[in-house]
Amino acid sequence: MPSAYEAWSPERGAEIIAAHRQLEGPTIVILHAVQDAFGYVPEPVIPMIAEALNLSRAEVHGVFTFYHDFRHEPAGRHVLKLCRAEACQAAGGDALAAHAEKKLGIPLGNTTADGRVTLEPIYCLGLCATAPSAMLDGKLVGRLDTKRIDALVSEAQR
Amino acid sequence: MTLRLYVPRDAAAVSVGADEVADAFEAVAAERNIAVEIIRTGSRGLLWLEPMIEVATAEGRVAFGPVTEADVESILAAAASNGAHPLRLGVTDEIPWLKRQTRLTFVRCGVIDPRSVEDYRAHDGYKGLERAVTLGSDGILADVKTSGLRGRGGAGFPTAIKWTTVAQTQADQKYIVCNADEGDSGTFADRMIMEGDPFVVIEGMTIAGIAVGATRGYIYIRSEYPHAVEAMNAAIVAARKAGYLGKSVAGSKFAFDMEVRVGAGAYVCGEETSLLESLEGRRGLVRAKPPLPAHHGLFGKPTVINNVLSFAAIPFILNNGAQAYADFGMGRSRGTMPIQLAGNIKYGGLFEVAFGITLGELIDDIGGGTFTDRPVRAVQVGGPLGAYFPRALFDTPFEYESFAARDGLIGHGGIVVFDDTVDMSKQARFAMEFCAIESCGKCTPCRIGSTRGVETIDKIRAGNKTAANIAVLEDLCQTMKFGSLCALGGFTPYPVMSALKNFPDDFGAAPRLQAAE
Repeated sequence: MPSAYEAWSPERGAEIIAAHRQLEGPTIVILHAVQDAFGYVPEPVIPMIAEALNLSRAEVHGVFTFYHDFRHEPAGRHVLKLCRAEACQAAGGDALAAHAEKKLGIPLGNTTADGRVTLEPIYCLGLCATAPSAMLDGKLVGRLDTKRIDALVSEAQR
Repeated sequence: MTLRLYVPRDAAAVSVGADEVADAFEAVAAERNIAVEIIRTGSRGLLWLEPMIEVATAEGRVAFGPVTEADVESILAAAASNGAHPLRLGVTDEIPWLKRQTRLTFVRCGVIDPRSVEDYRAHDGYKGLERAVTLGSDGILADVKTSGLRGRGGAGFPTAIKWTTVAQTQADQKYIVCNADEGDSGTFADRMIMEGDPFVVIEGMTIAGIAVGATRGYIYIRSEYPHAVEAMNAAIVAARKAGYLGKSVAGSKFAFDMEVRVGAGAYVCGEETSLLESLEGRRGLVRAKPPLPAHHGLFGKPTVINNVLSFAAIPFILNNGAQAYADFGMGRSRGTMPIQLAGNIKYGGLFEVAFGITLGELIDDIGGGTFTDRPVRAVQVGGPLGAYFPRALFDTPFEYESFAARDGLIGHGGIVVFDDTVDMSKQARFAMEFCAIESCGKCTPCRIGSTRGVETIDKIRAGNKTAANIAVLEDLCQTMKFGSLCALGGFTPYPVMSALKNFPDDFGAAPRLQAAE
């Protein structure tokens, strides 16, 4: 759960880097571990990773910004991801996404003003025969309809 | 007597309540003092029936589905007396949808406990490896060649050629890389096999390692698949403990070990060279080929990179015989393909069958048409980069060459069904938009072309100089198709052009495009 994230500290950052730096090609593994710990990738960790792996800051920054998963700032307390790919579109996903946007008052890719809910698109959860699908804080939900979206939104707003 | 129950832990089953159903069985059984053993399996692939649970009986496993928590009590009563129940589907292996399939790769999926090496072995697991160890490199390569196996990721490149190239290349270190970055919408076979029978993937990769002389493997799984990551990690630990990974694989002179790496939400990393860049810890920029990964792959070393389903086909080939595999299929497409029926379809799921079945049989007969009960208007075959086919092309046999001959591709075997409410110009726009979002940015036709494509389709949809803008779009698609470095930019024209050609009305165009081809 998002509330379980640690507050950023350079000491913990250094520990996480040290735990993975001996791997082959460790940059993305480290970025994942950092985000798992803090909920996002704090800016000060970038030069630390660069130094540890003998890379330039630009290289690490380039990797960080290339991948959709890595966050520049903490997400809302709950993250609701709606699949927006073709199989879910075919099963009525467009209308459901519009419904969720209206219900939360934010477009996809944004966080509510109270910081409770981040609504994001995701391109395929591999639940294409139980579409449309979504993920709320890591929990998968298939066969979505308006009622289930409403339940998910209320759960996220709590 | 203990009642044995099988409840899937497959992500699709979990997404519609399988965990809650498993908990309910446990709770109700405890309350009623019924001794039960609950085994969490993968999914059998009849996804419209999920959560589908099974009960062990004297006649075999009997299925019930789709089950909700409210049904648990009555199912337990029916199971205890072997009596009737409205959700009772009969003996699982006799369900026609399953019986019509030819399950070679998915034979254990949904059947065994994916966390148990013993269960895997009890169902013919690791027999392929045991034979491979005695055959050695040349023997394995000969078998893979005879099987006619082609890469199941989409490109359909002969697996034996790839492996032989790596085997013949000298290096101090070689790698086996499994591409589990299954990003195509409408596909979930990789996910299902990783969750339902992870050892078959490990076994396939291990055999590849012995064949080419590689001692290290990576399986790159997309981050959108946390359940598959967990299942593969658990299976790797179990395989290592049982002596199937490590310094002496199954007591042989061969060493092989592997680990999971998790992607970070970039579709383009499903492209093999982009995946290798990502594994090395860099931006997932596509590499120009040559050099081929077989010569100059991961960390510059000779590398076999194959899709999950390619590796998962290997143990059957080694254990049951390459010819037994090659006997299935048609033309140059040998063996079986795990086909995924998805989107707006009544009976969606995983249908493994020999190549050659027609698209129409798959959609109408097996899939049962749409769940909205409206006519099927279009199907997209092969993911976001696959063509949209109208009903007029439903006689196309499902195999590589037949689809290519009709300007389509089978890709990774996903079929997404749309009913008659679909707006094909919107789908064409989405194809360009998706390409723009996911482009790695290295080559111009893909990076810029996709954005220009969105703008041009917007103009067409607004009725702004329709004919002239359609000409621009066709020209742009040609540029992307022939000028892009990889399949992302190169194949995005497939959905766009097929939508335009097969559904011209949705673009406000007269059907003159057939002539333009």
